[in-house]
Amino acid sequence: MPTIRSIEELKNLRAEAQKVKEMRIQTGKIQVIVGMGTIGIASGARETLKAILNFIEEKQLADIILRQTGDLGFTGQDPVVKVIFPDEHEVVYGKVNPDQAQKIMQEHVIDGDVVQELLIRE
Amino acid sequence: MRELSLHILDIAENSISAGATRVEIKVKRDILKDELWISIKDNGKGMAEELTKMVTNPFVTTRTSRKVGLGIPMFKQAAESCKGYLTIHSQLSRGTEILAKFQNSHINRMPLGNISDTFLSLLLATPNVNWVFSYQVNDEIFIFDDAEVKEAMEPLHLTDYRVISYLTNTIQNGINEVNQAVKGEINANN
Repeated sequence: MPTIRSIEELKNLRAEAQKVKEMRIQTGKIQVIVGMGTIGIASGARETLKAILNFIEEKQLADIILRQTGDLGFTGQDPVVKVIFPDEHEVVYGKVNPDQAQKIMQEHVIDGDVVQELLIRE
Repeated sequence: MRELSLHILDIAENSISAGATRVEIKVKRDILKDELWISIKDNGKGMAEELTKMVTNPFVTTRTSRKVGLGIPMFKQAAESCKGYLTIHSQLSRGTEILAKFQNSHINRMPLGNISDTFLSLLLATPNVNWVFSYQVNDEIFIFDDAEVKEAMEPLHLTDYRVISYLTNTIQNGINEVNQAVKGEINANN
């Protein structure tokens, strides 16, 4: 996959993306949410989020929706990462450092196995 | 917080919580005048005069999950410990602007840190906001407005790997070019 260097090249992706759009709506997407309250940020949430972005880029994933939000409300567990599956099943992980974020992406989001040692709510 | 760029991320979270649809973040360094300016301006719901006055106090927060809001007080303290200050201008239903000034060379000034990661976190993971970033050192300036990109990439979403890759390169190169142009005058991440 060559790097996109201009807005024009980005626009060229439109046609291709339109084709897969229908399919995507049917299959649904996995959402990954990182808590970015003050304490989350101070605990390294930006680096956790960056590690997930890097993972998506390296593995060339097109269908993961990554979001950040304010405090997710799990005191003492920051950085917190929530994974929401297309069937709305939610899993929350706590104290997620960048390496662990990539582990969650690989083992849970890709392979479908919950990462038990970081789990705070299923 | 270890870096000013983390404070910027934290303050921008307030803008998102305030329902802003457009947020402008400016970082400007003037080496000759020995000044560092950071501003975060949004079109969110704004605050009444009373709350604006109180918000630099660590025991005020609009959030219900915890009673203590530390973001703005910590940022203010960081500026004031560097012969600087922090001001807040806010108008109900119009928006809020937070401006912080630092003495650039002050021994207490924490490093700016990874400003491109702060911009990218906001840009890629909060798609409903129109982000405008500017990074300036002396007369060299990089301005990024995501409106054009968002229109061009439709219907890809922002965390499609190709979009991540394009925007990461754009932001990092823009900031690096500014730093390169004034090389010798500043340390890239400081």
